[in-house]
Amino acid sequence: MHALEDIDLDIGEGEFVALIGPSGCGKTTLMRVIADLEKISAGQVLVNGVTPHQARLARAYGYVFQAPALFPWRTVLANVTLPLQIQGRSRADSKAIALEQLARVGLTGFESKYPWQLSGGMQQRVSIARALSFEPRILMMDEPFGALDEITRDRLNEQLQQLWQRERRTVVFVTHSIAEAVYLSTRIVVMSPRPGRIVKVIDSRLPDERHLGLRDTPAFIEVAHAVREALADGHHD
Amino acid sequence: MATMTDTWRQNPLARFQRQGLPVAILLLALLLAGYGAAWALNAPGVIERVLPQDGAWTWRDLLAATMAMQRPLLPAPHQVALDLWSSLLDWPLESPRNLLYHVAVTAESTLWGFVMGTALGLILSVCIVHSRTLDRALLPWIVASQTVPVLAIAPIVLVILGSLGFAGVAPKAVIAMYLCFFPVTVAMVQGLRSPQRIETEMLHTYAASRWQALWLLRLPAALPFLFPALRVGIAAGLVGAMVAELPTGAQAGLGARLLTGSYYGNTVQIWSALVMSALLGLTLTSVVAGVERMVLRHRSQA
Amino acid sequence: MKRGTQATALLVLAGLVGGALLLQFPVAAGEAPTPLFWLATTLLALLAVQSIRRLAALDGARIYGLLTAALFGVWVVYFWQLLVVALEVPRVLLPPPSLILQAIASHGPTLWRDFVQTVLKAVLIGWALGSGLGFAVAVAIDRLPFLQRGLLPLASLTSTIPLVAVAPIAVMWFGFEWQSKAAVVVLMTFFPMLVSTLAGLKAAGRLERELMHSYAASYGRTLLALRLPAALPFMFAALKVNATLALIGAIVAEFFGSPTSGLGFRISTEASRMNMPLVWSAIVVAAVTGSVAYAMLVQLERRVAFWHPSVREG
Repeated sequence: MHALEDIDLDIGEGEFVALIGPSGCGKTTLMRVIADLEKISAGQVLVNGVTPHQARLARAYGYVFQAPALFPWRTVLANVTLPLQIQGRSRADSKAIALEQLARVGLTGFESKYPWQLSGGMQQRVSIARALSFEPRILMMDEPFGALDEITRDRLNEQLQQLWQRERRTVVFVTHSIAEAVYLSTRIVVMSPRPGRIVKVIDSRLPDERHLGLRDTPAFIEVAHAVREALADGHHD
Repeated sequence: MATMTDTWRQNPLARFQRQGLPVAILLLALLLAGYGAAWALNAPGVIERVLPQDGAWTWRDLLAATMAMQRPLLPAPHQVALDLWSSLLDWPLESPRNLLYHVAVTAESTLWGFVMGTALGLILSVCIVHSRTLDRALLPWIVASQTVPVLAIAPIVLVILGSLGFAGVAPKAVIAMYLCFFPVTVAMVQGLRSPQRIETEMLHTYAASRWQALWLLRLPAALPFLFPALRVGIAAGLVGAMVAELPTGAQAGLGARLLTGSYYGNTVQIWSALVMSALLGLTLTSVVAGVERMVLRHRSQA
Repeated sequence: MKRGTQATALLVLAGLVGGALLLQFPVAAGEAPTPLFWLATTLLALLAVQSIRRLAALDGARIYGLLTAALFGVWVVYFWQLLVVALEVPRVLLPPPSLILQAIASHGPTLWRDFVQTVLKAVLIGWALGSGLGFAVAVAIDRLPFLQRGLLPLASLTSTIPLVAVAPIAVMWFGFEWQSKAAVVVLMTFFPMLVSTLAGLKAAGRLERELMHSYAASYGRTLLALRLPAALPFMFAALKVNATLALIGAIVAEFFGSPTSGLGFRISTEASRMNMPLVWSAIVVAAVTGSVAYAMLVQLERRVAFWHPSVREG
């Protein structure tokens, strides 16, 4: 039995695509395949016209994991400059860029703190700032807010939404939460397990400018309902 | 689900290829290196003392001579093997010319010291865990003493015990005991304290006495900490027993053999004693590891 | 609770004062002990035990634990001094601390030469070389995994050979000087450092390694930026253990043959001459060296591996 079967998906530039489904449906595997963290046994994956491997070497991805994965021996600032350092940017440039990214996620003033001095939500924000620091073509996020409490999660959802509004970067976002998928994305890919496959792709007709109050509007509930149904369908197969 | 990489575990040939072959290759390389080094190190001495002085010798003569020196700088592997073989088989077991006699002498002191040191360590660790005074006053000194080269005290202990009239196995066992005692105590204290709060509190709700808590919870929890320390302790005890054999006239035991070998320049004897002591150490630690596997076999890997 | 602390402090002070007073007895200076002396000693011992118990029972500041251990040490040395003199224990068996201190003072230059010979040469160089080799081989094994299956079992062989056995061979090859002792130390410190570095190199988390992979970072970059810092706590554990092993190795190796200086040499020759105070002085120097070296490494670890939970809580 394969982890993924019959995956046929096109992701356009500037889209915010959510991959949602129960455990074992292969959503994380799919994202890792795109990010060159897993190999496929058959088929073709093209990122901006090149293989994932070539795209990775061209530094096309920013990856945000489920855990912050910050280096505890580096300050917050040093953590954000890590990818820039590896890419060979100058010290001064890296520092300026990092400070700007930290400001964007609302962490100005925490540059010289160490990761273990920050809360979980703040650490994850640093992780996002780090992923965006080198302006990747695609941002991959694997259940980044899964370990946080709901209140923090809501706030971070709003911040992420506003960030995306400004830059319109392509985002692939894996989540368990229907509300989160509907709130954040322009397209929702519903998947089901055994074997992992795509059940349905739902285009969200919600307006681009979103605030948290949107979640109580009928349009939102309609989309959420469609997602819920697709998930149930996938479950029954 | 078994994958391609796991099937090698079942097939013995594949297992040998994966695990045994690299070791075998490197052992062979080591053996060749040993011969090469023996040739290189012994050559100058051979040229000076054994071969004809006028230069009337060939490479073959050189090679043959370096492999058969009486007092080589580095004995050829077969020389050591032959010496071991003859020592083990040509003499009766009670004879001092048989290496096993010396092995027995050293092993006796080591084992006595190991048993005493472990017993002392167990008792003291239980006392420390149950007495706040001992915990705060004594334990820091025991922990700090691990940074002190305890083995350096061996000569003093031997002199003191010797002047008190103790000779033979006793002083050597005391030194071995001294070396086993420290790791066992520190590890046991850590182990006896390892149960989590919810476990000790649960026993508390059962109104269990301190002895019951010790027997039912703390001691079993301490076992995974105890065994690695036992392995360290027995190896340290062996070194202690061998060092203890040095000053006392060096009559019996592997340490004594090493010393007499180095006094008389009998290199082959030194290497034989070295191989035997390594084998003894390996055997002792393997026995402890075997007991550990048996005792802990029902535990899941943490 | 404040009253309890005050009472304990008073008790401790009373004990110390009593001890000082007892020293005024002529017995302490060498005359025959009287029954009064024994009564006073017993009472003082009881007082000492009580004061230690009370001090141990105190909660609150961490310093109480330190003080308890220190007080215990002080009393042990005190009674050692008192009883050895009062009971007229032969100097050969156990000299009083005062005599040991005198010996240290009067043999200062000799002990200093021994220290330089053993510690500054054999121990330091051997420890650095052995740990460095262990580290290098560990990185090599990490880079070329096939080496692991062959090299690791053989490297573990070096740890099974009792160091005592290596010493005479080292003397034969490298001579009587400090080099042979350093060789023994290299052999002893190599394997612990190898094993610890290997474990440390595996310590970097999977997510962090995948992060570096996503940055298309090279092996070397990943090693320097992620895996080596993550390995530091493990490496420090080995360096600390190796410090003790190095000291033991150098001293015991000197039992097998040394020129005319070295701590191990001093201990073994003076012991055979029954010159116990000097033997004890050398042991004190070795003990202090071991403790100070360990403390220095702990301090260094605090500065370099400050981020690791074990160091943060310590």
